[in-house]
Amino acid sequence: MTGTAVYLYAVACGPDRPVPEGLTGVSGTPVLTVEHAGLTAIVSSVPLAEYGADALRDKLDDLVWLERTARAHHAVVVAVAQVAATAPVRLTTIFHDCRQVAGLLDDRGGQIRQALARVAGHAEWGVKVYGDSRRPSPEPEPITAGSPGTAYLRQRNRQRRGAEQAARQLAAHTGRIHDTLAARATAVHTHRPQDPRLSGHSGIMLSNTAYLVADRECAGFTAAAEQLGAAVTGVEVEVAGPWPAYSFATLQDP
Amino acid sequence: MHPDLSGTQVALVDLLDRLLAGGVVLSGDLIISIAGVDLVRVSLRALITSTEHELR
Repeated sequence: MTGTAVYLYAVACGPDRPVPEGLTGVSGTPVLTVEHAGLTAIVSSVPLAEYGADALRDKLDDLVWLERTARAHHAVVVAVAQVAATAPVRLTTIFHDCRQVAGLLDDRGGQIRQALARVAGHAEWGVKVYGDSRRPSPEPEPITAGSPGTAYLRQRNRQRRGAEQAARQLAAHTGRIHDTLAARATAVHTHRPQDPRLSGHSGIMLSNTAYLVADRECAGFTAAAEQLGAAVTGVEVEVAGPWPAYSFATLQDP
Repeated sequence: MHPDLSGTQVALVDLLDRLLAGGVVLSGDLIISIAGVDLVRVSLRALITSTEHELR
């Protein structure tokens, strides 16, 4: 397949030239803007041979391609979000041409403006809470009285109760951490805990949450998260950010 | 937003959490293609497979 299509990264409040000079996109071509209806769409040209619907299905299975595309997409969104309120668009959203992008700004302009108003002056912070795997498990009590069978069952019961109690305690800690951080945030989005094979962390991920935090609250938010991580035993708190507001740039029904 | 993040390499899994499940979702006749829920499954499977491969 020959020809090109238009890849959409984000929509920014505009038109205030939110794209730095020399910025290139997912396929190495310059990042451009489509300014329409008081909004600025951030786009670049991509080859249909790579980004057409059929080609894309294969490409998305290719982890090297996926990583390169995701990082290039992210780099464009970060560059724009530094200078303007930005609603990032989901990975690989592709149009036939710029006229269709302008049509989108007409059709969905109201909803996009609402999303932009929600995220303006805010950044997204990711907070993961892990159960600390280095925490030693309680010593089993020695088997003393009764038949070996009874003693064995008694010990198994004790271990089970201990594990249940520990799990309840971790859940309570996680809830308290969340409540404290949510009080400093404008909005909260819960992501699924990541598979340990992907998180690269030996502990069990208890929660994986995104918080939308006002720029002026950021220092207080990260300080609170670090302080909670240090103060609560048995858990580890990992903070990542600031992110562009990916988890909060969602369109509400008109 | 502060520029802190631009200089550092973010974890791919965190990025995919956001790029494949977050962001503005657009659909309709105008659009050639978009990442969907299926894509999340596909990409995470690819990630897990590659991680297991590295561990072997």
